[in-house]
Amino acid sequence: MDTHNIALLEGREGQVYEKRQDGPEVEIACDKTSLSGSVSQRACVFCGSRVVLYPVADAIHIVHGPIGCAAYTWDIRGAVSSGPELHRLSFSTDLQEMDVIYGGEKKLYRSLVELIDQYQPKAAFIYSTCIIGLIGDDIEAVCKKVAKEKGIPVMPVHSEGFKGTKKDGYKAACSALMKLIGTGSTEGISNYSINILGEFNLAGEAWIIREYYEKMGIQVVATMTGDGRIDDIRRSHGATLNVVQCSGSMTTLARDMEEKYGIPYIRVSYFGFEDMSKSLYDVAALFPDRPEIMERAKEIVRDEIRKYYPEMQKFKAALTGKKAAIYVGGAFKTFSLIKALRTVGMSVVLAGSQTGNKDDYRRLKEMCDEGTVIVDDSNPVELSKFVLEKEADLLIGGVKERPIAFKLGVGFCDHNHERKIPLAGFVGMYNFAKEVYESVMSPVWQFAPRKGGLK
Amino acid sequence: MLREGLTINPAKTCQPIGAMYAALGIHGCLPHSHGSQGCCSYHRSTLTRHYKEPVMAATSSFTEGASVFGGQANLLQSIETIFSVYDPDIIAVHSTCLSETIGDDLQQITKKASDDGKIPAGKYVIYASTPSFVGSHITGYANMVTGMAEQFAVSTGEKKEQINIVAGWMEPSDMREIKDIAKAMGTKIVLFPDTSDVLDAPQTGKHEIYPKGGVTVDELKSTGDSKCSIALGCISAEPAAIALDKKCKVPFETIDMPIGLSATDRFIVSLSKAAGVKVPAEITAERGRLVDVMADMEQYFHGKKVALFGDPDQLIPLTEFLLDLNMKPVHIVSGTPGQRFEKRMKEILERAPYANFKNGLNADMFLLHQWIKNEPVDLLIGNTYGKYIARDEDIPFVRFGFPILDRIGHSYFPNVGYKGGLRLVEKILSVLMDRQDRTALEEKFELVM
Repeated sequence: MDTHNIALLEGREGQVYEKRQDGPEVEIACDKTSLSGSVSQRACVFCGSRVVLYPVADAIHIVHGPIGCAAYTWDIRGAVSSGPELHRLSFSTDLQEMDVIYGGEKKLYRSLVELIDQYQPKAAFIYSTCIIGLIGDDIEAVCKKVAKEKGIPVMPVHSEGFKGTKKDGYKAACSALMKLIGTGSTEGISNYSINILGEFNLAGEAWIIREYYEKMGIQVVATMTGDGRIDDIRRSHGATLNVVQCSGSMTTLARDMEEKYGIPYIRVSYFGFEDMSKSLYDVAALFPDRPEIMERAKEIVRDEIRKYYPEMQKFKAALTGKKAAIYVGGAFKTFSLIKALRTVGMSVVLAGSQTGNKDDYRRLKEMCDEGTVIVDDSNPVELSKFVLEKEADLLIGGVKERPIAFKLGVGFCDHNHERKIPLAGFVGMYNFAKEVYESVMSPVWQFAPRKGGLK
Repeated sequence: MLREGLTINPAKTCQPIGAMYAALGIHGCLPHSHGSQGCCSYHRSTLTRHYKEPVMAATSSFTEGASVFGGQANLLQSIETIFSVYDPDIIAVHSTCLSETIGDDLQQITKKASDDGKIPAGKYVIYASTPSFVGSHITGYANMVTGMAEQFAVSTGEKKEQINIVAGWMEPSDMREIKDIAKAMGTKIVLFPDTSDVLDAPQTGKHEIYPKGGVTVDELKSTGDSKCSIALGCISAEPAAIALDKKCKVPFETIDMPIGLSATDRFIVSLSKAAGVKVPAEITAERGRLVDVMADMEQYFHGKKVALFGDPDQLIPLTEFLLDLNMKPVHIVSGTPGQRFEKRMKEILERAPYANFKNGLNADMFLLHQWIKNEPVDLLIGNTYGKYIARDEDIPFVRFGFPILDRIGHSYFPNVGYKGGLRLVEKILSVLMDRQDRTALEEKFELVM
């Protein structure tokens, strides 16, 4: 069976939509759990929690469960740290059959004590996995006990894999962070200060963003969680504003902080010249009593675009008219990617996400061109079908999508954990364009059978 | 550190990924993970990182409801969905810690699927119980391969002039090499599982859900009529051979995976005896080339201390090969538990009473690192996760085993057979000599080595 003539998966019709002028006005069905038996690209609650908290570099992260969950998440995401690197180690209670029968609390307790003694971390996160939800370990109690004995925060993360979707995992992570926030001193925090939320410092992106804000004269109290530090998080309630990227993962936290500490938040995106500039302007506009902040934002935008724009014309010349397919985790990223691709002359023929909500998809429909296919919670068969049908030259996705693109003979750009170069910020847009250019224009595709290589 | 509970930087992972990998070695098979969505996603991602290939597998997508009421409805729905949409010949279901703990009985559920007419004529659903809290990925592999034998093999009463070879966990390149060797010897074999032409598929411009490789259902059925089985590995392969013997009275022999000179010798002898054929000249010549290179370069191996970690059936013959090369395997770690492994390693290590060896609980990379700090080594051999230790301690490092996330080659160049031996020798020498070239003083920097 090849993927040329395959029909849509039964029951998936509502989650796939093709934009047509005379087409019906339908809502994309989303926020649905995946159909049993589908080859979904989605992950679980635990995955959501793990990716959000993992970049906190001076805490230990213990996965409470059988070995797999710890093994598969061991240092797979390039969230870099400027200092401690505890997050790159893999700790597991490695539950065995007897633990499942008699409970794993004692093992968890001993593991925690041993690890804290060995590594002297600033805090500990304990992730519950599927079977913890079944065997009923009281991890709250264990965490409390250890926190008291060792004098550091020990946070349970309720991330049992089956208890929802990846989004619920984000929420569980946010509530663990909420317990930390407000426990540190806010001394020395200026009124012109922000927290950077939803930026995970993949390939050092948070450093780039932080530098822009600091150049503008804004103090960055905490980045959550890229290059994250427990002490910064504990005092982050002292910031004046929360700036949230990757809306899926951290909007909950921003809302909770607004409710509890009265800190307003705005949503931003750091991908593409357009959204990056808008982010800086939006933040500056919230500090109107210091006009120099806006002045500096304008300077940064001007200087940076001046630096990279001419370079990018070469890529644009080559890429104009090429078509892209996008399938990423969160829908918010898709918006930025569509704009970024337009900057280099490319159109988008497929746009989809694993976890978008109704608003996201409504907005996506508005943004997309005629004929663009919009999908929620897609699978490899569907993706292959549309990439071929729509004759895409590029697929943007994550680890599981990469080899699909290459098998089909089209270019690929990783916009997920495995990006090796920063894609955020102005320099990130340049890197992105360059990577897209190199991949789409690679000589290797001329050897691919589909593009006229040896048949 | 006492370490009463904990695993730090594991040298193993959980059962289901092994079952998934094994199932990919059946032609036209869609592996199915009966558990949460995350399990399936993680296994597919890990296999994709290791093979740089698309990996297809479905999931029961457990929700809270399933964990309360049991996963039967999810699995039945899955079977229906998969056959109607993805149209495989076979679904190979494996369980997870979640479905095992809630007590789902895969045998009973697949029987119900069959009774309810949810399995189309000529199609199959096989299963393996693979709880993540028992054993390791190797156990899961063995369980799925055993499932293949138990659930497919038929004894028609008429013996076939063919030999079953049960592959322990090895790469597609290794499986291809085993088939090439058998062909060179003129023996008819059924190799199972067989991931060659599945996870090393060519660029065709299409995404094939079911690539051309894999052992076929007919071949699997015929294993019950084979005159004997050879299991390559006492941990990952032997259980399937035992199952065939029990079900269809197919006698078996278990030998080490043919990695390195001695283990390959034993494989060639076993195969030639079982098939009643003479070892052809081309194989003898291949062996001769390996011995020749071992002799040519022997001075560079002498006394070099090696730390190695990974999976049991690979570590056993690899350790033996290092000893044949006159190297010193001083530290050996495997996260996979089991007494068979311990026993066989003790036999191999009789020649090396100095060696530290541990497997099972707490046998992890943290332990290995501690051992290396206590007694430094000249070479480290293991999967990609060894690179942290290699960097910290500045040790030449050969990637070997699963997973390899940062290099290619394992899919295409075998480690088994004499050819595999040559490859290993080349890799080991290259890292040792690169090191020597990099660190040699000007006056000791040698052109000819």
